Amino acid sequence: MASFWEYANPLKFMRVTDWLLPIVAVAAVVVTATGLIWGFFFTPDDFRQGATVKIVFLHVPAAMMAINVWVMMLVASLIWLIRRHHVSALAAKAAAPIGLTMTLIGLITGAVWGQPMWGTWWAWDPRLTSFLILFLFYLGYIALWAAIDDPDTGADLTAVLCLVGSVFAVLSRYAALFWNQGLHQGASLSVQPGTRMDWAYKAPLYTCMLGFGLVFLALLLAGTRTEIRARRMKALVARERMA
Amino acid sequence: MIPDLGRYTLEVSLAYVVSLGLIGVLAFFYWLRGRSVKRQLAEIETGRGKNG
Repeated sequence: MASFWEYANPLKFMRVTDWLLPIVAVAAVVVTATGLIWGFFFTPDDFRQGATVKIVFLHVPAAMMAINVWVMMLVASLIWLIRRHHVSALAAKAAAPIGLTMTLIGLITGAVWGQPMWGTWWAWDPRLTSFLILFLFYLGYIALWAAIDDPDTGADLTAVLCLVGSVFAVLSRYAALFWNQGLHQGASLSVQPGTRMDWAYKAPLYTCMLGFGLVFLALLLAGTRTEIRARRMKALVARERMA
Repeated sequence: MIPDLGRYTLEVSLAYVVSLGLIGVLAFFYWLRGRSVKRQLAEIETGRGKNG
């Protein structure tokens, strides 16, 4: 069986993702479309929230991915710092805009849902605030990559920023449990018994979560392939200048 | 076919349009950049091949 670390070889990564990417991309479109159509067209209105409950099929998967993408970037950054595999650093770089977009979707859909339900677009609630800080960390991470010319230095510094930002990713996940004074309710889904969501909503929600995960994977593979090519291009240009 | 969203039509529609729009723009950006970088790399590698 092939070792996981073999995929740290850019050539091997490009070869495997060449056939894997179209499959993941098609699966991402099919599963996400299925989940969203199911959630939007075929779920009943909630007795308290009315039709706004349909926003949950966007909000929860996006918020989940916003945090998970940062965790993935953290793992990739640690691999870079410890083992110096370029593919892991480039994968973290490729993941950041996806995480930023997911965080933005989480914030926007939360605000759009919060206005009719809470009576306000925004509150300085622990979970909302930690999510906003996570959004700013994503922006800072992307800006730092763009500001540094040397790819290895960029990978080192952004990896350190990623470690620091992980505090806010964890806070975003657990803020509603740490502090009870916020507006934001607890977890919509839980492995604890007595979870409150009915299967009429839970089934399409799980489908959307899987779909968003696949969307992330497809974009991550595509983005990492582009970053590998961009890095090779930069190396070739630098070598030609030296010659 | 479109479900009756009652008095929340604007909110729910806005959430879907903005979210799907953002994902669409992101996917388009990744595809566009990927295509551009692939083409540029191919040009450089072809140039190197010609120059030996």
